[in-house]
Amino acid sequence: MGKKKNTNKRVNRYNYWGYVFLIPFIAVYIVFQLIPLVTTVYNSFFEHYREGLMEIGPNFIGLGNYIATFQSPDLWVYAKNTMIMWVMGFIPQIVISLILAAWFSDNRMRIKGSRFFKTVIYLPNLIMASAFSMLFFALFSDGGPINYMLMDMGLLAKPFKFLSHIWSARTLIATMNFLMWFGNTTILLMAGMMGIDSSLYEAAEVDGATSTQRFFRITLPVLKPILVYVAITSLIGGLQMFDVPQILTDGKGEPMRSSMTLIMYLNKWLYSKNLGRGGALSVLMFIITGILSLIVFKMSGYNDED
Amino acid sequence: METKRKGFNIKTRRTIAYIVLILLTIMCLFWFWVLFVNTTRTHSQITTGFSAIPGTNFMNNWKSIMDGQLPVWTGLFNSFFVATASAVLTTYFSSMTAYAIHAYRFKGRKFIATYILMIMMIPTQVTALGFLELIDKMGLDNSFIPLIVPAIASPITYFYMKQYLQSSMPLSIIEAARIDGAGEFKIFNTIVLPIIKPAIAVQAIFGFVASWNNYFTPALVLHSNEKKTLPLLIATLRSADYLKFDMGKVYMLILFSIMPVVVVYLILSRQIVEGVAVGSVKG
Repeated sequence: MGKKKNTNKRVNRYNYWGYVFLIPFIAVYIVFQLIPLVTTVYNSFFEHYREGLMEIGPNFIGLGNYIATFQSPDLWVYAKNTMIMWVMGFIPQIVISLILAAWFSDNRMRIKGSRFFKTVIYLPNLIMASAFSMLFFALFSDGGPINYMLMDMGLLAKPFKFLSHIWSARTLIATMNFLMWFGNTTILLMAGMMGIDSSLYEAAEVDGATSTQRFFRITLPVLKPILVYVAITSLIGGLQMFDVPQILTDGKGEPMRSSMTLIMYLNKWLYSKNLGRGGALSVLMFIITGILSLIVFKMSGYNDED
Repeated sequence: METKRKGFNIKTRRTIAYIVLILLTIMCLFWFWVLFVNTTRTHSQITTGFSAIPGTNFMNNWKSIMDGQLPVWTGLFNSFFVATASAVLTTYFSSMTAYAIHAYRFKGRKFIATYILMIMMIPTQVTALGFLELIDKMGLDNSFIPLIVPAIASPITYFYMKQYLQSSMPLSIIEAARIDGAGEFKIFNTIVLPIIKPAIAVQAIFGFVASWNNYFTPALVLHSNEKKTLPLLIATLRSADYLKFDMGKVYMLILFSIMPVVVVYLILSRQIVEGVAVGSVKG
C-alpha cells in the first residue's frame, strides 16, 4: 500500500515534464499553423488586392468574398476538374491495389519476387512530383518520344497533341496520380489483409468457395473500414492536387482550363496577392478537408489507449 | 468436379498474376528508362526519333547543364540543406512530442493527443495565405527558415513515433533510469532515442523526401535564383520558352533532381516499404 503511494507520488513529481517536452511542438504549431489559420480566416472578410501598383483595401466586406467566390463560375469549374481527375486516378488505383494486395497476401499464390514488385510499384511515390510531371510533359510533347514511338509502331500517322485535348491532358494527370499512389495503397491494403483471420478462409475453402468468392465474401467486407479510410484520405490528397497539373500545364490548366485544380486556383490568388478571395477559397477548402478529416478520425476510433 | 468448374485453378491464377505484375512493372519503369536513354542522346536525336537504346552523349549533356544558366549545383545544395534540416528537426521534435504524450500523465494530455490527431489531415495549403503574410511580417521572405522550422510540428511523424513508442518503450526502463538519478532530458536523449532508432531512420527518410520534393511552399517563399531549390528550377525550365531548349539538358535536369532519392530508395527499399506498412496499421 505504502509503496504504491510512493511510486505514484514520484511519478507525479515528473509529470510536469510532459509540458516541457511539448513546448517545441505547441510553439511551432501556434506560430506557423494556428496564427496563419486565424489570419487567413480574418483576411477572407476583407476586400484586399492589388491592381497594377495600387493596393486596394483592406476594407471590411463581410461575406462579400464568399459570395463572389460562389457566384463566379470558376470555383465550380475547378472543383469539377479536380474531382474528375481524382476519380480517374482513384478508380484504377483502388481496383489494381485490391487485386495486387490479394495476390501478395494469399499464401497459396506464393508470388516469387514479391519484394521486387513491391519495391518497383512504390518507387513512383517517392519521385519528385514536379520532376515526374516535367518528364511526362517532355515525353508527351508534340515532337516527343511517345509520339515518335507510336508512329514507329504504326499506331499514329502524325503526332497526337496530348496536351491540347481535354481528355488526353486529364488522362495524363490521372495516370501520373495513379502511378504515384497505387503502390502506397497496395501496401496499406496488404497490411489490412494480413490481419484477416486465416480460419475464415480455411472455413470457406472447406465449403468449396472459389478464390473470387472468398475475395468478395470475406476479404472485401472485412476490409471495408480500411477501404473507406483509403478513399477519404485519397480524396483529401486529391483536393490538394497541384504539382502535377501545375508543371504539366505551366500553371495554366490548359486546354481551356480543363485541368485547372482548386489549389492551382488558390495559388493564383496567392501570387496576385488577392488576399480576400484567396482567404475565402482557403477557408472553404479548410472546411471541406476538416469535415473529411473528422470522418477519418471518428472512423479510426482513436479513443486513447489508456 | 464441382470445385473445378468454379473459378480458375491456382496455376492459371498465378500466370495471370505474373503477367499483370510484369505489365505494371513496365508501366512504372518505362518512363524512367526513356528518361535515362534521352539523357544520353543529343538534342537533334531526341527531337527526330524515339530510341530505347542509350546513346553516347551523356557526358556532353552533363557538361552543358553544369555550365548552363540554371544554377543546378546551388539548387542541389539548397534542396539538400532544406531537406536535411527538416528531416532532423521533424524526427527529433516529433519523437519528443510523442514521448511527452507516451511517458507522462498530465492535465490536458488527452486533449492534446486528440487534437493532434484531428489536425493530422489538414493540408498546409489552406493556411498558406496567412503563413505568407506572417513570414513577410517576420522578414523571413526568401529565407529557408519558413521551410525548415515548421517541420518541428509534424502530426504525421508524431503519430508514427507514438505508435512505435507504445510498442517498444516500456515505462519501467524510464523508471529505472530515474532511480539511477538521470535527468528527464538525459533520459530522452540517451535512452529513449536509441531505442526508437529504427523509427527515426524511417521517418528521417520520409521527412527528407517530403521536403526534397516539396514545390508548393518553396515556390511561394523563395524568389531569388541563389535560393531556389530543384523543384523551382524545374518549374523555371517549364515556363521558359520550351522550344529553344536543348532537350538533352531538360532530361538531364530531371534525372539530376530525382537521382538522389532513387539511390537512397534502392539502398533502403526494404526498410522504407516496411515503414509504410507499419505506419498504416492502426492502433
